[in-house]
Amino acid sequence: MRPEDWRSLGLKDEEYQMITEILGREPNYVELSMYSVMWSEHCSYKNSKEVLRTFPTKGDRVLQGPGENAGIIDIGDGLAVCFKIESHNHPSAIEPYQGAATGVGGIIRDIFTMGARPIASLNSLRLGTLDDPQVRYIFKGVVSGIAGYGNAIGVPTVGGEVYFDSSYQGNPLVNAMCVGLLEVEKIKLGRATGKGNLVILAGARTGRDGIHGVTFASEELSEAAEEKSPEVQAGDPFTEKLLLEACLELINNDDIVGIQDLGGAGLTCATSEMASRGGTGMEIELDLVPCREEGMAAYEIMISESQERMLLVVTPEKEKKVHDTFKRWGLISTTIGHVTDDGILRIRQGGKVVAEVPARSLAEDAPVYCPAYQEPTYLKTSAALDLQTLPDVQDANQVLLKLVSSPNIASKEWIWQQYDYMARTSTVVAPGADAAVLRIRGTKKAIALSTDCNSRYVFLDPYNGGKIAVAEAARNVVCSGGETLAITNCLNFGSPEKPEIFWQFRETVRGMSEACSAFNTPVTGGNVSFYNETDGEAIYPTPVVGMVGLLEDVERHCTSAFKAAGDVVVLLGDTFDELGGSEYLALIHDKVQGQPPAIDLEKEKALHKTVLAAIKQGLINSAHDLSEGGLAVALAECCFTNEIGAEIFLSKQGLRLDSLLFGETQSRVLVSVAADKLNLLLELAAQNLVPAYEIGQTGGAKLQITVDGSLQINLPVLELKKAWREAIPCALK
Amino acid sequence: MKFGVVVFPGSNGDIDAYHFIKDVLAQPVDHIWHQEESVAGYDCLILPGGSSYGDYLRCGAIARFSPVMKAVKDFALRGGLVVGIGNGFQILVEAGLLPGALYRNANLQFRCRFTYLKVENYHTPFTVAIEHGRLLKIPIAHGEGNYYVDEDTLQRLKAKGQIIFRYADEQGEITAAANPDGSVFNIAGVCNENKNVLGMMPHPERAGEIILGSDDGKMIFDSLFKHWEGSRL
Repeated sequence: MRPEDWRSLGLKDEEYQMITEILGREPNYVELSMYSVMWSEHCSYKNSKEVLRTFPTKGDRVLQGPGENAGIIDIGDGLAVCFKIESHNHPSAIEPYQGAATGVGGIIRDIFTMGARPIASLNSLRLGTLDDPQVRYIFKGVVSGIAGYGNAIGVPTVGGEVYFDSSYQGNPLVNAMCVGLLEVEKIKLGRATGKGNLVILAGARTGRDGIHGVTFASEELSEAAEEKSPEVQAGDPFTEKLLLEACLELINNDDIVGIQDLGGAGLTCATSEMASRGGTGMEIELDLVPCREEGMAAYEIMISESQERMLLVVTPEKEKKVHDTFKRWGLISTTIGHVTDDGILRIRQGGKVVAEVPARSLAEDAPVYCPAYQEPTYLKTSAALDLQTLPDVQDANQVLLKLVSSPNIASKEWIWQQYDYMARTSTVVAPGADAAVLRIRGTKKAIALSTDCNSRYVFLDPYNGGKIAVAEAARNVVCSGGETLAITNCLNFGSPEKPEIFWQFRETVRGMSEACSAFNTPVTGGNVSFYNETDGEAIYPTPVVGMVGLLEDVERHCTSAFKAAGDVVVLLGDTFDELGGSEYLALIHDKVQGQPPAIDLEKEKALHKTVLAAIKQGLINSAHDLSEGGLAVALAECCFTNEIGAEIFLSKQGLRLDSLLFGETQSRVLVSVAADKLNLLLELAAQNLVPAYEIGQTGGAKLQITVDGSLQINLPVLELKKAWREAIPCALK
Repeated sequence: MKFGVVVFPGSNGDIDAYHFIKDVLAQPVDHIWHQEESVAGYDCLILPGGSSYGDYLRCGAIARFSPVMKAVKDFALRGGLVVGIGNGFQILVEAGLLPGALYRNANLQFRCRFTYLKVENYHTPFTVAIEHGRLLKIPIAHGEGNYYVDEDTLQRLKAKGQIIFRYADEQGEITAAANPDGSVFNIAGVCNENKNVLGMMPHPERAGEIILGSDDGKMIFDSLFKHWEGSRL
């Protein structure tokens, strides 16, 4: 082997050295390819592993933490929820429709691999600004790709979030989350156990698509990457739907020993991980693998990322039944090998052994790096925000109209009306809410789901931004009436080989871990996506949090919309002069600067406790968390659904007007309450030491906000709603 | 009244239709696998929504060749009650059991949202129990629901009372804005001349419980029960 052989596959010189030491000889090209994909960042987490270990992962409800295809938490009644989020950023940048579609398909496979029936999808998107035609093309393609795959397979897309910022201009983020439901007893793991058991490959034929896809995902994007489109796979939701039904039938009938989907690094990953987890080896006969084209080389078959394939380990007695089941579903399944007890992954083709390596060395023994880290220099200047030099609001009406028309705040209906969010008839709270709520049939329960991350905050202060990402996801779940249970996360960053990026990564994880510990929401798994850079420029650090919550009684769910005229509007939580990192500052003053709002996790917990109790006791009619755009935007959003206005009276108490109306101070929730229950709510808040301010009343056709006797905002709800609804469709015309 | 929900490869509304009939309507119901060659013993067949055969080639174009479709056709021609919902409507059209064709939505996008349906003919097994003038709030979820018939066929459908549902706004006005997919004459559902086969793009099985936003879908099935009881007298 020449250095260019391994370097062109993305392996470092010292990594090649390690491989020769493991094997006691030089690897051949097939083996080298297998190591290169398994030791890529995407599969091995070699740069992030040490830091990820600091996440809290244990909890009473955790049935399966990180390390398997997806995490699982117990929701009682013998039922469990399986969930995970994963990135498909680079494929979506190159081929938006297929990149996003296969992202959805991949995460759905991760869920049913565990024995769970997928019941909901969410997605978190980050794109450049919509004035760029390339961004509009990517945006439309990604949304229709998510719709195309999710709608066809019948898994409702119930929520998510989208932000537009020039930081993502050349490197969009497409993170897909899937949630499944299963009986606790039916959990299946990706393990190959039992010498002599058979290895079956089922689903689509293996083609030349996606060769070296994980290596591609572990590189920065450049002009040259645009020529890499053959590395983006094509999705086939129809085949996946059949595969889903067949696999769940086999799992329910207890017909298989272990199962794993083929995703990144294809057959190499599935065989080596299953054998490694089972403490076994495997012998695979490549001549038996159904291929899409003739003459595929051994390395191509081993690392192909053709979609919609599953690997199963079954006992010889069940072999026929398993093949019969796949056949009934119209799928190809082939016995391609067997489990051994020598720990070796042995691959044969044409009667010869073409690869022979310890399975564990592929799956577990990748080098672990502790990359250098250093506080970024930009933080020295970005933190400075002199409010003295910043003119305060003159025309608050105009600012509010601008804010609700900002694509980051505007209605996302253009997106979610393309998703079938009602399939499976369990969606109780549809997209557009703080969190989606799905009932669990056969019980009184429901789950609440939310994805969140304000990456501007993380950019300006990774530690606090990381905390806020978790806190906001939790607050959203709480506002829907859910008790927070656990999170999955997708950590999207630039290159970990740059010390300043790795510092962002460490600090973010530190903040997230603290918040997860405080809220008792362990991390049950997730995904790291590094190398999100275009021509050397990294995206904002974007740690997307996917939070799962539980409602004991689905009838006691809550939404953000005002329900009736004459209710009292109460703001829970204090407001400070905090404009750093706000949407207001970016949109009106064109600055991404300052310290993001502070976050006190104890205060946040007290707020959660209060809101949850108020919802459970039926005290409040609506609850909405305050986020981008602050109090004024949150009030407007509460008015939209039922077109009920509000008359609000505020006092500056020494604050700037813009901070009061548009600042993004954390740990605040806006609720509406019937007049006769106001005192009970105020008592509840006082017990939990949560500040509660009676700020006005719902009703009328206008949103009116008076500050210290002067009418600052006076706009018809319909005018605001029109601006809010039409912003994204207009930007796309 | 015994229902059979036909399951094609790629169907997914079968789960919802089954749940709706069993748990909400409390009626006996079975899944019928697409390779079955008999539908004997059922009083009403549901062809559910989804993407049969991945909607490849054209929605419903492959499913109509499934073995079960011959039995469905015979059942329908003998006067058996058949309801095709979404993809099921597309299959009925492809199978020639209903007139017209379903194009891609005029806006070229998938649409999922609630619609309001105006009932055009109350004298059918699917509408006989619906209060006159009552709008039905029922959701759609489709990318190819743009119903097309030529002018002559439209006149014939009107004359024979085969137009069952039309998209209206919340006040019951038939407007272009209320038409979610560009369907001719705002048509959301039609039946055959004999009035025993209904195809509709909106999903009544998704509007079975208030917690999901509406239970108006039940009125179509209440009509089926009323018709069924009447026909047995």
